[in-house]
Amino acid sequence: MSLTHQDVARIAKLARIAVTHDEIESVGAQLNTIFGLIEKMQAVNTDGIEPMAHPQEVSLRLRDDVVTEVNQREAFQAVAPQVEGGLFLVPKVIE
Amino acid sequence: MRGKYEIMINSTLKMLSGDLAAGKVSAEELAKQYLQRIDALNPQLNAFISLDHERTLAEARAADARRARGEAGVLTGVPLVHKDIFCQQGWKTSCGSRMLDNFVSPYDATVVERCAKAGLVTLGRANMDEFAMGSSNENSWYGAVKNPWDLTAIPGGSSGGSAAAVAARLAPVATATDTGGSIRQPASHCGVTGIKPTYGVVSRFGMVAFASSLDQGGPIAQTAEDCALMLNVMAGFDARDSTSLERAGEDYTRDLDQSLEGLRIGLPREYFAEGLSADVARVIDDAVAEFRKLGAEIVEISLPNTELSIPAYYVIAPAEASSNLSRFDGVRYGHRASEYRDLADMYEKSRAEGFGSEVKRRIMVGTYVLSHGYYDAYYLKAQKIRRLVSNDFQDAFRECDVILGPVAPTAAFNIGEKSGDQVQMYLSDIYTLSVNLAGLPGMSVPAGFDGQGRPVGLQIIGNYFAEAKMLNVAHRFQQVTDWHTRAPALSSD
Repeated sequence: MSLTHQDVARIAKLARIAVTHDEIESVGAQLNTIFGLIEKMQAVNTDGIEPMAHPQEVSLRLRDDVVTEVNQREAFQAVAPQVEGGLFLVPKVIE
Repeated sequence: MRGKYEIMINSTLKMLSGDLAAGKVSAEELAKQYLQRIDALNPQLNAFISLDHERTLAEARAADARRARGEAGVLTGVPLVHKDIFCQQGWKTSCGSRMLDNFVSPYDATVVERCAKAGLVTLGRANMDEFAMGSSNENSWYGAVKNPWDLTAIPGGSSGGSAAAVAARLAPVATATDTGGSIRQPASHCGVTGIKPTYGVVSRFGMVAFASSLDQGGPIAQTAEDCALMLNVMAGFDARDSTSLERAGEDYTRDLDQSLEGLRIGLPREYFAEGLSADVARVIDDAVAEFRKLGAEIVEISLPNTELSIPAYYVIAPAEASSNLSRFDGVRYGHRASEYRDLADMYEKSRAEGFGSEVKRRIMVGTYVLSHGYYDAYYLKAQKIRRLVSNDFQDAFRECDVILGPVAPTAAFNIGEKSGDQVQMYLSDIYTLSVNLAGLPGMSVPAGFDGQGRPVGLQIIGNYFAEAKMLNVAHRFQQVTDWHTRAPALSSD
């Protein structure tokens, strides 16, 4: 497997990370080296093996449907890049 | 009047706790002396991201007041360092990243909360590889940490600041985290003791997430006994972490002095094969000889899928990281680019500027393996291999009680030596990754030095919930060896 420049651009887009035209070559080369290591896994026969998602295999707990948190909007918004009137501001998304 | 209290270079938690209880020193005096030592020695090590003397001294005075009221616990007034991955209210919690350089946490991680409740005093916040991704601490936005034993060497990673601080005796104990070896490998490279507990024993709440099915917090200290005391504080069920295990509390010091007579120690033949340096092999052989003298039986075991843990880990960890790190969007907290055209451009630029190159690489690897059409070939395949790796350990534990081996193939390498070659760096994680994939507890104990005088650690791997047994094994080793008492020669000039 070898990732093309188009593949790298597509991955960067999906990851929401800007990769400049100048960087594509080196980023692609690095990713291809890493995938070279990862591909070693494909040689192993894993037919019939149950995938292991999590070491303890416990099921998620349920809790009573009650309010457990208090409102901390001001504390949380104090670290936000841009807020106004209790709202997080982002560039306009609907014209 | 008592004379001025001087922290002894090798003061352990146990000793400091005793001196505080006996009134030989106050928490405030202790904190001042450690801060002085940090101010004098840290500039050459870069082990800290944040220091805040006033806040530290306020915590120390509160600990003294608590003692005066007769409410002190075992570790009240003892100073510690938190890895900069644990959210701590009022402290910058950067996780070693430009992305969070402006993030002052509005809340405490459970680990931080538990340490505060025990009365431990925060000396500062330890440097680390960005988002805990790295084995050398060269990936920090705040610059590389230097190994206190040799300033040209890496301290290991990702908890390099934690390990370097304890090794340089800038703190008696530090919190740390381990996703693929990030407690054990820096502990090994810095000549200190560290334990990664069974997955689910220490709460992940408020610990900035890297790979959620692998991440686990634990302590780094000088001795196994100190690690046990600290684990007593850090471990415990937490409803706020969905994978925290509901188990009764344990006293991790309970078995420290048990005899090792008849203990079956497994040596995995794959850990002593090609790739292991002669220096590390010699140190491990010598350690095994000590255990024979202590009455342990040595059995050869096999962990046949060890090599596969590398590709499996480098699929699973990036996949989970790409999902976890999608929260850094420049909207609610963290870095936001100064110029952008629209929302998508804002995301892309903020993330491109906020993340370092290794983090971006791992996010992209993870994004690809989880993208449409590739899930079965990569993530699912890696999870099946994870099962094989885990089964290897369960087969091995039918023949032995604990497993011993190296932590890393070599002692610490030079700063810059592998930074251009990710795959070489990834391959050096071979003896630690499988423990995280299986969710087992693992530890590193100082066991000697290589030919250049760089420390080498011995890895102890136990079955699920065998922490007390592993600490016992490590403690008995530390009763007959003095590697853990060796400290690097550092001077402030």
